[in-house]
Amino acid sequence: MLQVVLEHYNYWIAILLMMVGFYTVVARGNLVKKLVGLNIFQTSVFLLYISMAKVTGGTAPILDDRFQVYSNPLPHVLILTAIVVGVATTALGLALVVRIRESYGTIEEDELDLMDGET
Amino acid sequence: MNALLPHLPALQVVVPLVAAPLCLLAGRGGLAWIIAFLAAAAATVTAAILAYQTLHNGPISYEMGGWAPPWGIEYVVDTANAFILLLVAGIATVVLLFCYTSVGKEIRAGRQHLFYCMYTLCLTGLLGIAITGDAFNVFVFLEISSLSSYALIAMGGQRKALTAAFQYLVVGTIGATFFLIGVGLLYMMTGTLNMADLATRIPAIQDSRPVLAAFAFITVGLALKAALFPLHLWLPNAYAFAPSGVSAFIAATATKVSLYVLLRFTFTVFGADIAFRNLSLNLVLLLPAVIAMFAGSFSAIFQRDIKRMLAYSSVAQIGYITLAIALASHAGIQAAMIHIFNHGLMKAALFCAMGCIFYRIGSTRIDQIAGLGREMPWTFAAIAAAGLSLLGVPLTAGFISKWYLVQAALQSDMWWLVVLIAVSSMLALVYVWRLVEALYFKEPPPGRGTVAEAPLSMLLPTLLLAGANIYFGLDTRLPIEMTDSAATLLLRGQVW
Repeated sequence: MLQVVLEHYNYWIAILLMMVGFYTVVARGNLVKKLVGLNIFQTSVFLLYISMAKVTGGTAPILDDRFQVYSNPLPHVLILTAIVVGVATTALGLALVVRIRESYGTIEEDELDLMDGET
Repeated sequence: MNALLPHLPALQVVVPLVAAPLCLLAGRGGLAWIIAFLAAAAATVTAAILAYQTLHNGPISYEMGGWAPPWGIEYVVDTANAFILLLVAGIATVVLLFCYTSVGKEIRAGRQHLFYCMYTLCLTGLLGIAITGDAFNVFVFLEISSLSSYALIAMGGQRKALTAAFQYLVVGTIGATFFLIGVGLLYMMTGTLNMADLATRIPAIQDSRPVLAAFAFITVGLALKAALFPLHLWLPNAYAFAPSGVSAFIAATATKVSLYVLLRFTFTVFGADIAFRNLSLNLVLLLPAVIAMFAGSFSAIFQRDIKRMLAYSSVAQIGYITLAIALASHAGIQAAMIHIFNHGLMKAALFCAMGCIFYRIGSTRIDQIAGLGREMPWTFAAIAAAGLSLLGVPLTAGFISKWYLVQAALQSDMWWLVVLIAVSSMLALVYVWRLVEALYFKEPPPGRGTVAEAPLSMLLPTLLLAGANIYFGLDTRLPIEMTDSAATLLLRGQVW
């Protein structure tokens, strides 16, 4: 049992990060903390992709006569795209938080809900 | 011209994609509008040609950049996604006509070109999702369309638009990330991202945990994006506080495209056998769909803002579409796709009409719009036509949807579903009547002067959309032929 857990430690870390991020998004009322949670959540998926690309004993995928086994470069490329998407999402989210702060004067979800309820 | 024809699938996405930065460089609202309109019109023509080709010559495969699939990204057009492309591009073009005056009033002059830049990017994303045959490419386009729609919604005049956009951003990102996890798990098991290639490899490993988990992640992620009950909470505020043109465009297309991806993954990639026989997706979808039909319509009845009411009505209509998908039969898929099309027409017309009212009185609250029907007769006519279509009255497009839906339910021996569909349509009658009553039979609120009819540049696109609701209720050849062929292709599963 323990061996199964240890052999797949990369998955456990990904799942742990995923849940930490997801919980932060759901449980925190501060909009910036929500974005931080969202980032951790996305990062866990990046890790999942990156770690599945590793081939045991494989080297970096650069063609050379001395090596036969290479790691899979495709997930890295995919995740590069996903990272860009993540950066864009964070930037847009933070821009929205700035605008929310300017027009509401707060970034706490419960206070925002109260103010939205009045108008 | 003939040299361009083989490259139409690429141009479908590339033209709006190139138009977006051009809008940004244009720097002025008017010029940006022309660029955006030309791009959207070109996309509509492209989609129409593709639809014609797929209907008569069968599916088209396009190798992006000359890299052969499954290594390169493949664009595949068949009748199913050509139909969606036609809907998205067509609605985008007509709503853009409407935007010229509407955006002129609702968005500050210095920001209008940014609006059109985001609008064309959103169009690019939605078209890309529909046309691509590559699972990861779907994610990329999904995020392009989502990110631009968050920005578009935040451009709404009230400050609530900001909180609505933020909420949508958080939920949308979770949905897209779920989809990404699912695609990752599939890649881990099969070593491919090409949908057709995935479809041939999955049956051999269909009972393995990662494949089942991938299916669950993809379904939940897409359900979030499609606002399927109970994952619809982001939708009402997003539609209610977005600028009028954005509400019309997004309400008619964004959730529909996600539902198409759900269809594509369920039937083509995983195959109906895995989804419905092994995992009983029909039951998983049926219950939320039925609750959505009732909860959505019921919430709509109690809304004081008409745009919010229409948004809740969308939740109910998405319920009908999902219900049809859950039947998992030829008739069911056909009913789902017909309703995707017809509901797009209805909601685009209704939101445009609300935009006309907003243009004149600056509000869409039910107590403010009282008596407007007599002062804005053409806008009222558009609302009446689209409202009747929403109810499913004969001679409107909505009737065709309901007719196929009921037939599909009967074919599956679920007569009780017919009862539920009929009862929930009665709820729709309540809220549509509330709208008509306020517009036509109530006295205007004190202090409001005479209101003129909306300007022609907004009225014509609205009437065009409302007219389409009548036209496709009378001449059903296009949607019926396309969806009949699409349902056959989807049910056959396997490679396109």
